[in-house]
Amino acid sequence: MSTTDTTPRVRTTTAFDQEPIPRYTMVERINHWFGAITYTYCLMTGLAFWTPYLYWMAAIVGGGATARFWHPWFGIFFTVSQFLMFLHWSGDMEVDNDDRVWADNIQAYIENEDDKLPPVGRFNWGQKLYFWGMVGSTILLLLSGFVLWYVEAVAWNIHILRYVAILVHASVALITIGLFLIHVYMSTVLEEGSFGSMIHGTVTRAWAWTFHRKWYYKVTGRARPAE
Amino acid sequence: MSQASSEIVRISGHAGTVPGAGFNREYQVCKLVDTTTCIGCKACEVACLEWNGYTFSETKFDNSYQTMPETAWNYWNLIKFNEHERDDGTMMLLMRKDQCMHCEDPGCLAACPADAAIVQYANGIVDFQEAHCIGCGYCITGCPFNIPKFSPTARKVFKCTLCNDRVSVGLEPACIKACPTGCLHFGTKSEMKELAETRADQLRQQSGFPDAGVYDPAGVSGTHVIYVLHDAKNPELYGGLPRDPRIPLSVRLWKGPLKWIGNLAMLGGLVGLALHYMRVGPKKEEPIPPEDRRPS
Repeated sequence: MSTTDTTPRVRTTTAFDQEPIPRYTMVERINHWFGAITYTYCLMTGLAFWTPYLYWMAAIVGGGATARFWHPWFGIFFTVSQFLMFLHWSGDMEVDNDDRVWADNIQAYIENEDDKLPPVGRFNWGQKLYFWGMVGSTILLLLSGFVLWYVEAVAWNIHILRYVAILVHASVALITIGLFLIHVYMSTVLEEGSFGSMIHGTVTRAWAWTFHRKWYYKVTGRARPAE
Repeated sequence: MSQASSEIVRISGHAGTVPGAGFNREYQVCKLVDTTTCIGCKACEVACLEWNGYTFSETKFDNSYQTMPETAWNYWNLIKFNEHERDDGTMMLLMRKDQCMHCEDPGCLAACPADAAIVQYANGIVDFQEAHCIGCGYCITGCPFNIPKFSPTARKVFKCTLCNDRVSVGLEPACIKACPTGCLHFGTKSEMKELAETRADQLRQQSGFPDAGVYDPAGVSGTHVIYVLHDAKNPELYGGLPRDPRIPLSVRLWKGPLKWIGNLAMLGGLVGLALHYMRVGPKKEEPIPPEDRRPS
């Protein structure tokens, strides 16, 4: 439902609705925060190198030279977290037909009219887009990042690599920033209960039923009711 | 007290024209390298090392007179030796003093992200301030001449300073002082350009080099190190001197449109998310309807 509705909808949640359902294992959560911290480090130092107006961000982490030293290493650490996320979640990130219908009606999701959308599995299409976007971006950032890391080792007769790498690294980083902003916004302020699930590992039954109904049916061991 | 070096505008109690009126000091300096009179003695290489306080280290010879394959972070001045067979079958040994060109439009400076790590002075010298350098190597990508070199121990980038420390106190660069043949000249940009054109004309008229010319590439708005070449139509022959050097297109895109598109997109994204929250508000969980409420 949309908050623009004039008649307030009565919400009656029962104790049953508030029972916790495990959503993320401890390992998944630790790895998520490992990825979050390493990405944020790369984001801040990368933005410092990106524009003079944000160069002050390098000062926070010990100055430009220190930032330049650690940025590639934190990139490697982030890649490790991405690889583990791939192992944890890639199975649940396959896009199915419900997702395609969901994607076609994404406007309803943006308008908070979630009941107009097909039921969602453990992850919705947006989360899958984010996941695969980050996996692909990490690979491109890693490859171009190595060229920037050891730019002096790129022989002059193949120095076009330097030119390609600088454009790829900056462009792909911008794409990840877009994805990251949406991810942080949705999981901290937009969808209530999401942030806690990455801390405690659990969501309420009502949360699961509302946002991930196919997954709710699956983990509660119930068949999806006939339409 | 008289200041002989200052430009005079008016003087008191003086009949007639003001002495020195219209005097105009040219600040732009230039090094002229006449490759046609270089004998490859490498005195300039030694002078550069000595003045800048570096010592000679291990090197790699590649069956040539060249001291090392490329300039290094602690070796800013290198004579490049190239054997060239001319159309008539005769052989030429082309020798070119390779160093920072001190571009009027420097790619290193355009690419550098560190506050004040690269400075261009009014006299045309482009100098690295290692205290501010963060060692990112963007200047290496920005340079069309392959000049800035990274020191793995200092984790900073170094290159020829055009002896900024000497020039700023009225001395010529160390390499110029050491040159025994006079193939190296130092002066104002207009003087050096004139001298170079005179020499090129001499080569064309009297020495049988119809393609002789001056290398002062327009793609980087000219340089403060210029060459006289026997064959200005093929600068690549002289150890890979680029024909039309300019700041790489990808560096210009990255520091130009991409930067502003990216900054606007990031700002727009933040504003858009805030507006979205204000317009549609949070997503809240719904009560489970009775038919779905049975425990599993």
